[in-house]
Amino acid sequence: MSTSLRSNPAVTAASLALVLLGTAIGLIFFFTPEDVDQGISQKIFYIHVPIALTAYACFGWGAWKALLHLWKRAPGADLESYVAIHQGVIFGALTLLTGSIWAKASWDHWWVWSSRQLVLFLVLFLFYAAYFMLRFSVEPGPARANLSAVYALFGVALIPVSFLAIRLAQDFVHPVVFKSSGPAMTGSMFATFCVAWAGMLALAATFYHVELAGKRLDTHVRELRALLERP
Amino acid sequence: MSGGDYLAAAYLVFFLVVLAWVLIIALKLARLDRDLASLTALARRRREKAPGREEQEEQEEREEAPVG
Repeated sequence: MSTSLRSNPAVTAASLALVLLGTAIGLIFFFTPEDVDQGISQKIFYIHVPIALTAYACFGWGAWKALLHLWKRAPGADLESYVAIHQGVIFGALTLLTGSIWAKASWDHWWVWSSRQLVLFLVLFLFYAAYFMLRFSVEPGPARANLSAVYALFGVALIPVSFLAIRLAQDFVHPVVFKSSGPAMTGSMFATFCVAWAGMLALAATFYHVELAGKRLDTHVRELRALLERP
Repeated sequence: MSGGDYLAAAYLVFFLVVLAWVLIIALKLARLDRDLASLTALARRRREKAPGREEQEEQEEREEAPVG
């Protein structure tokens, strides 16, 4: 890898996302078999589940950066946490949208309130959406950074609960694909799922690095303006 | 709607959200570009207003620089 790629994580992530998602699309539509029960609509699984797992990963990364801010006072960790949670909310919204479409196709309902897995994910999404209301209700400074970090860390406790709710609640609505005995799918389906998930993670990494670079540029521009406008 | 229609809708939603994100980033970059252009113009105006002070500051920087 050239030094230019090494020094620009956004370009690396975008290249990976392009290759992986392109491969995933090809595998989804030309390689994986159709599901016997759900037919072609089952292929929504290959974007819905990777998007959901990527949302969890973004929230987890945001919580990690929040911990680094509180524990080590790492410079820039607060901004990195904020951007990661922002990406998590975007992917969370995508999870709910694609999940609703798949729910309509499978169960003829856009949403099922009796499903604890669905409701817990919605709670997780709303919790992190409220992060921005909290953050922007406080003036910029150490207090805002600390408050946001604590909130992000509290939220991460909801992730395993949401992930495990499917098993804890004996919910018969949302399907269980990844069981303790292994994934309930063929080898080709699982391989395609893995490629799609890797592609989603690379896409999230691209969004993350681009947004982070944009926010840092914005900070520098504001600082430059303050310096130049000084009499 | 058939299963294929729902599949197309799900992938379309994903594609549109990604496009919307790209659009928002493009708008932010355009704003940053405008801000930088106005700051460059501001810096040029300040430099034109105080050319003597610029030369004095450069002379002071040369005198402060360590020798050897």
